[in-house]
Amino acid sequence: MPFQVAWDRLRRDRLAVASLVVLLSIAVFALLAPLWAHLTGHPYDRTFPGTGLDVAGQPRGPGAQFPLGADRLGRDVLVRAAYGTRVSLVVGVCAALLATVAGTVAGLVSGFAGGAVDALLARLMDMTLALPGLLVAITLATTFQVSSPAAGLALTTVVIAFFSAAAYGRVIRGQVMALRRSEFIDAARSIGSSDARIMVVDVLPNLAAQVTVLTSLQIPAAIVFEATLSFLGAGVPPPTPSLGSMLGEGGEVFRSAWWLLAVPGALLLATTLAFNLLGDGIRDALDPRDGAGRRR
Amino acid sequence: MSGGLPRFVLRRLLYSAAVLWLVSTLVFVFLHVSPLPVERVIGGPRATAETLELIRGNLGLDRPVLVQYWRFAGRLLRGDLGDSYVNGTPVTTLIAERLPATLWLVAGAGTLWFASGVALGVLGAARARTPWDRAVTAFVLVGLSTPPFVLALVLLHVFATGLDRAGVPAFEAGPPLQEHFLQRMVLPWAALAFLMLASYTRLTRAAMLDVLGEDYVRTARAKGLPERRVVLRHGLRPALTPVVTQLGVDVGALVGSTVVIEKVFGLQGVGQLVHQSVAAGDTPVIIGVTLTVTLFVVAANLLVDLAHAFLDPRVRRP
Repeated sequence: MPFQVAWDRLRRDRLAVASLVVLLSIAVFALLAPLWAHLTGHPYDRTFPGTGLDVAGQPRGPGAQFPLGADRLGRDVLVRAAYGTRVSLVVGVCAALLATVAGTVAGLVSGFAGGAVDALLARLMDMTLALPGLLVAITLATTFQVSSPAAGLALTTVVIAFFSAAAYGRVIRGQVMALRRSEFIDAARSIGSSDARIMVVDVLPNLAAQVTVLTSLQIPAAIVFEATLSFLGAGVPPPTPSLGSMLGEGGEVFRSAWWLLAVPGALLLATTLAFNLLGDGIRDALDPRDGAGRRR
Repeated sequence: MSGGLPRFVLRRLLYSAAVLWLVSTLVFVFLHVSPLPVERVIGGPRATAETLELIRGNLGLDRPVLVQYWRFAGRLLRGDLGDSYVNGTPVTTLIAERLPATLWLVAGAGTLWFASGVALGVLGAARARTPWDRAVTAFVLVGLSTPPFVLALVLLHVFATGLDRAGVPAFEAGPPLQEHFLQRMVLPWAALAFLMLASYTRLTRAAMLDVLGEDYVRTARAKGLPERRVVLRHGLRPALTPVVTQLGVDVGALVGSTVVIEKVFGLQGVGQLVHQSVAAGDTPVIIGVTLTVTLFVVAANLLVDLAHAFLDPRVRRP
């Protein structure tokens, strides 16, 4: 089993294992968000002007009451960061999975069908790649005026998935076009397999490694995109916290309140860095020949 | 290869026009199905029913869809992007005012990241599998993982206090761009350059590794040419082609990062215009900027394609 071999290799990659541990801890921290809210007695959307702000109205730093400090409205940064990490992870993972499915289907059909279908799909993917993704996402978010958190999450996820799917499709299309000329495809055709069967049974398994690597690297990109949208106020609508919107709100006072920058910033960076390291590890494990550092 | 260069140019021009038409039509459709009450945004919360009706009439919103689309397309062809809902200024004027700051930001940062990205990529490839190479790879990973605004905020936090003490009114909106130009631009340039640097380093490194594995490079080495000459003369030139292509592709991605960098450093560029318009629900401005940026992206890609077609005849094939 190729995946068994890859898993054994991944297990020996210390950096990848460390990233996996970091990611699991971050996921547990995010999953337990209601527990943090319960323990501190601070729901994520409640303000505590009495205990969270000092006499001058400035947010209080980390202490017994607020383990990671309070924000400008006197809300608990720890609790909000945990809920914000949830948003990042959900949007990141869902968008990457959606993009994987859409991009693989588009690339598979485009690369396999050839001719007019391919020309149309390839041009569409090129066009999407040329569009300023963030601006289109902002335009959509403003014109549709989403107000419910669920709708905001869904819109953000779909927009991110749409823009990453095109990049995917192009890579998969190239792979498929190379595979199409191989002998085992000719062999399948000679025994009378239909096109659909060849695509699913013969071509798709050969793309598994590529797709796994692309997906693992797409997750951090999607997380950064969501955070950027929220930072600009065009992402998940308030009061739902997102790491990006926490940084956006903290922006003006962080010189006196460093924790408003440090907590969400460090969480975001740790998440994306761990996903990228893990993705690199998976790539090396699945295809040791082609690891960027291991040529020649 | 019937037709050759002129036909290739014509085909690319038609394609660019098609992209522009598609994007503007999509924008119109979004606008049309959006539930945002335009007349409310203009008239304010206390406008009466008659005022709202009047605004709808003035904007032609009571006309049939096709008539509206016809007028929308006609205005676009004349280079008219409409007026801001907030203060009635033509969107083209607003964009023209803000464009210099953004162009300066991108030009400065672009020079920085292209030069240092290529240099680091060459270093990584020429010293493949040494600590140098590993340092370059680690740097790329950190760069790719850093969200634009996190880096910008950290830079601001670390350096701006010092600038303030030096008497530079660092990053507040207001003073014209020329005042303290360098002091104000250094941090935004550094932030934007660092963000783009990672992917250029990686791209150059990969392209260089490919080229350095070619037979003619082995021949050059076998001839006894010094390694420096092999890498820089025989290796770098062909390796630069995909890197230059990437510059054309990245214009769109760049705009996203500029919005963030401008917001953090208070630069009054096109990005800030978008951000302020998002907060105000000023759709004509957002759409105007999106279309203008798409125009830039399409033009950049066209230029890159044409440059390739001149340099490499194989590209001209359909």
